[in-house]
Amino acid sequence: MRFERREHPSRALTLLAPLGAILGALVVAGVLIAIAGANPFRAYALILNGTFGSRLGISETLTRTTPLILTGLAAAVAFRARLWNIGGEGQFYLGAIAVAALGMIPAIAAMPAPIAIALCCIAGAVAGMVLLLVPLGLRLRFGVDEVVTTLLLNFVALLFVSLMIEGAMKDPLAFGWPQSVPVPDNTLLATLIPRTRLHAGLLIAVAMAVVVWFVQARSVFGMRARAAGLNPRAAAFSGVPLGRTLIGVACLSGGLAGLAGAIEVMGVKGYVTTDLSPNYGYSGIVIAMLANLNPLGVIVAALFTAVMFVGADSMSRALSIPSYIADVTVALSLLTMLVAIFLAQYRIRR
Amino acid sequence: MSVLFDILGSVGMWEAVLRIATPLILGTLGVLLCERVGVLNLGIEGIMAFGAMIGWLTVYSGGDLWTGMLAAALGGAAFGFLHALLTVPLGLSQHVTGLGITLFASSFAYYVFRLSVPTASSPPTIDPFQPLSVPVLSDIPFLGPVLFNQTAPTYLALAFVVLIAWGLYRTPLGLAVRMAGENPHALDAQGIDPIWLRIGTIMAGSALMGMGGAFLTLSAFNSFFPTMIQGRGWICVALVVFASWRPGRALLGALLFALFDAFQLRLQTVVDGVPYQLFLMMPYVLSIVALIIMARRARVPQALMQPYRRGER
Repeated sequence: MRFERREHPSRALTLLAPLGAILGALVVAGVLIAIAGANPFRAYALILNGTFGSRLGISETLTRTTPLILTGLAAAVAFRARLWNIGGEGQFYLGAIAVAALGMIPAIAAMPAPIAIALCCIAGAVAGMVLLLVPLGLRLRFGVDEVVTTLLLNFVALLFVSLMIEGAMKDPLAFGWPQSVPVPDNTLLATLIPRTRLHAGLLIAVAMAVVVWFVQARSVFGMRARAAGLNPRAAAFSGVPLGRTLIGVACLSGGLAGLAGAIEVMGVKGYVTTDLSPNYGYSGIVIAMLANLNPLGVIVAALFTAVMFVGADSMSRALSIPSYIADVTVALSLLTMLVAIFLAQYRIRR
Repeated sequence: MSVLFDILGSVGMWEAVLRIATPLILGTLGVLLCERVGVLNLGIEGIMAFGAMIGWLTVYSGGDLWTGMLAAALGGAAFGFLHALLTVPLGLSQHVTGLGITLFASSFAYYVFRLSVPTASSPPTIDPFQPLSVPVLSDIPFLGPVLFNQTAPTYLALAFVVLIAWGLYRTPLGLAVRMAGENPHALDAQGIDPIWLRIGTIMAGSALMGMGGAFLTLSAFNSFFPTMIQGRGWICVALVVFASWRPGRALLGALLFALFDAFQLRLQTVVDGVPYQLFLMMPYVLSIVALIIMARRARVPQALMQPYRRGER
């Protein structure tokens, strides 16, 4: 048995790959649910009911989708240029703590809301950028593989946030809980549906997906980034400035992950804790792959992931299945997606 | 200054070095085997988590401690097989597959753990491995308790260093493994299929990773809790670069790392006014520094991360 590359992978197969991958992951997860003694069909029905079955479910799912779109985009733009940014989690936290720090400046609270919010978004994005530029600099200067350094920096970033919220930025009114001083009211994002947590950050995230799509599909920078990823030597030979392109990609990728953290603080919590992100950064990697690195596909993949996580919370209570089943399904869908993409590109010959 | 000397002179600290180093030794050897045969295995973080869980669960449900170790090794090998299947015959991205294995193995471990121990506010414990004093040798002052009063898996890890160093450089199989990572075409020309050799070696390496995880729950601590691996797997990946892909240096790297860790743990308790988070950051920062020092000097296996397809160059 051997594999033969298809000359022209059909468009239909490429579009069906994610659906097949998700189906495959749901089947395996269904077996795990059945082993745990529950009916998988009932479990999936409960997941759908817990997410799309009520106004609260829908708003919670979309609230969860918001940061996932941004971390998914962060991974997608980086992976497209073969920049292995696995540091989305750390960049998310650094973006969040940057907003909390900015919010402690009295002048911010006195500003008109749109300016204060814009400044906070920029601060979060810059913090994320800086955290990714360090490993990229190490790669360009010393030849250090960025996979391990971005992974290790996730732990450093989280410890830094812990240091800040237990020290200089600790909220004195939080009864001793380690959390940051709340951001001023004028930086809080508007609610989209009254009496829910759904906030304007969703619109920012979707807008960013469109912007990233446009940049990648229509700009010189986007073309260069893709060329750098497909074949760095050929790209350099044809005049693509590799270093500068990668720095640009790192700014975009780190910036998006930092923005995700900033928006989560301004839209949902209002302050920073060390459990602000239930692995949003790592889930972003899965989302980017499920979307086949397509920025608009990221929106759909983020929604799927959010449905799994929000739905599994209510399902697990009803059927006493550990809610980790959501993590298992999402992780499995990454592996099945890799296989599905492969099958779309190769044909099996005997 | 005298505080520093007190710490450095204490038997307790030096005893801790080998204990802290053991999971790193096992994990680093595992990564080393996978990379020597030509495949990056970022599944280590998750495989260690799964090994820690399944080893603990085996003992918790009545198994022997060594049965727990065996379960962890088999579980690791199973995830290694999955990783190998996707990266070797299919030639999928080793980066993304490895991360997928980590996410899958760790969340699967947490799922099984929660399913088996549904309602427990404090994690249930087991009776872990007890220190095994080597007769006569453990009576040597200072060196005795430091080197010869460890738990059995620590001695096993040290034996693996010798075994793998010998196997890689002194046996035909080791030569084949190294060839698969340097020039699989030449290996194929010798009549040995690089595909199967890679799959087998990745499984063996992943088994070691699983045992490294199990050491945490069966010897270093006595219970399992999610997120207990704390980046140890990633540190092992960095240590392999530091070791320039050589088993002896991998041991040295793990020991140096553990020495530093044991030292800072004790320093934390005597130094006032420095936030503990700064101490906790040190292992990760140190790993990055090690990578910077060695990145250009290390001799990378030439075929690392290059999928092998017969007849394709």
